[in-house]
Amino acid sequence: MIFHHFGAYILLLRKVFKKPEKWKIYVKEIFHEMNEIGVGSLGLILIISTFIGAVMTLQIAFQLVSDLIPTAVIGQINRDSNILELGPTISALVLMGKVGSAISSQIGSMRVTEQIDALEIMGINAAGYLILPKIIAGVVMMPVLVVIAIFCAITGGLIGGTLSGAVAPTDYIQGIQGGFNGFTVAVALVKAFIYGFIITSVPAYKGFYVRGGALEVGQAGTRAVVIGCIAILACDYVITALML
Amino acid sequence: MIEIQDIHKSFGDNHVLKGIDAIFEPGRVSLIIGGSGSGKSTLLKCIVGLHQPEQGKVYFDRQEFTQMDSEDRVSIRRDIGMLFQNSALFDSMTVEQNIVFGLDMFTDMSKKEKIDRANFCLERVNLKGTNKLYPAELSGGMKKRVGIARAISMSPKYLFCDEPNSGLDPATSILIDELIQELTGEYQCTTIVVTHDMNSVMGIGEYILFLHKGEKFWEGSNEEMLQADVAELNNFVFASPLMKAARNTIK
Repeated sequence: MIFHHFGAYILLLRKVFKKPEKWKIYVKEIFHEMNEIGVGSLGLILIISTFIGAVMTLQIAFQLVSDLIPTAVIGQINRDSNILELGPTISALVLMGKVGSAISSQIGSMRVTEQIDALEIMGINAAGYLILPKIIAGVVMMPVLVVIAIFCAITGGLIGGTLSGAVAPTDYIQGIQGGFNGFTVAVALVKAFIYGFIITSVPAYKGFYVRGGALEVGQAGTRAVVIGCIAILACDYVITALML
Repeated sequence: MIEIQDIHKSFGDNHVLKGIDAIFEPGRVSLIIGGSGSGKSTLLKCIVGLHQPEQGKVYFDRQEFTQMDSEDRVSIRRDIGMLFQNSALFDSMTVEQNIVFGLDMFTDMSKKEKIDRANFCLERVNLKGTNKLYPAELSGGMKKRVGIARAISMSPKYLFCDEPNSGLDPATSILIDELIQELTGEYQCTTIVVTHDMNSVMGIGEYILFLHKGEKFWEGSNEEMLQADVAELNNFVFASPLMKAARNTIK
């Protein structure tokens, strides 16, 4: 069963990456999807990552700080955790719920109302027209969102730490500046790129092959989110193991 | 002209189509009729390539369609217009965008030319001035007419209609039937309509293919149908009191 789905997913991707009928139309769709996926998710990412950064600071302060460890370490740990893991992965899991379910239900309802059949009858590569702009928008916007998420989480840590008195702002800033390894950002961006692909392609696959009616469209959305989240976590492990 | 030869299609153990042959001539309205589950929509989907038959061939003007790869099919599909049962208009687009979508994709027409073409198509289906409306703002009959306008926007050689009258009131149904008949004559296209509406059968059925349990039981014109001595066909055609009365009048 898993192999059947994986095979069908690969075959769908083959159709998706066929040469577009007219690039001009696709480019228009890509910008539309970048707006939907990127700008449309910005508010959610800002709120979630700011709070995650703040909570992380408090928990690190609670667990690590003693008279022997300088409080600047809090900033350093918060920065590295957010760059390497929380920024990309938590953002991806949240976006899988928001963007993934929207993609699955949009394409799924087009399938059950025969709109995809209508595209194919017109001689249009429905898989390419509907899915390729979403994948391109996903892999372009996800790294941008992750960079914003990391920035917000580190800033959230500063605000949270300062408001609670867990760490002085000067110590926190000194911590986030110390021992910075630029390669961690490269790891975060690779993760973001791959997550962007998963967040768009997995729900698109589930929606594209849905059969039935409104109930099945909803079920496909749920399955897409579950499978997508598992795929994100599996890729998280593989990328981390390979790159660090 | 569309020719189908020995079409077989199954879904699992359910053998839906059992060797259907037919020839659909250009410039006339051909109807595929039959009861629910007789395989008419499946046959239509096999003809247009949405389903792949297990056996049999479909020819579009002597070009074999069933064995073509997806790239070769595109050239034929650009000559196809199809009206779906629930219209299948693109929800996110306005009426005008729905109509010009094919032109956007496959032609280099200027914006003005495309809008002119959309206006012509809308005028042709009596929906002038609805360009900026979205499908959700249209009634069932209007959606069908927009579906027809979209189908004719590329001047099709082949026109397919899947139950064009379902869910419509009798007056609108007649309007849609007349429109299909007029457009078939105007574009000299090969038109295939799947229906179980007897008003359509009597109104526009120049050639009728009757399916029963996945088999071709009868073919002929609507006038011949009234005289036919096939029990399954008569049970389907004269199921309503109105049609029974019509038969008695003819007799």
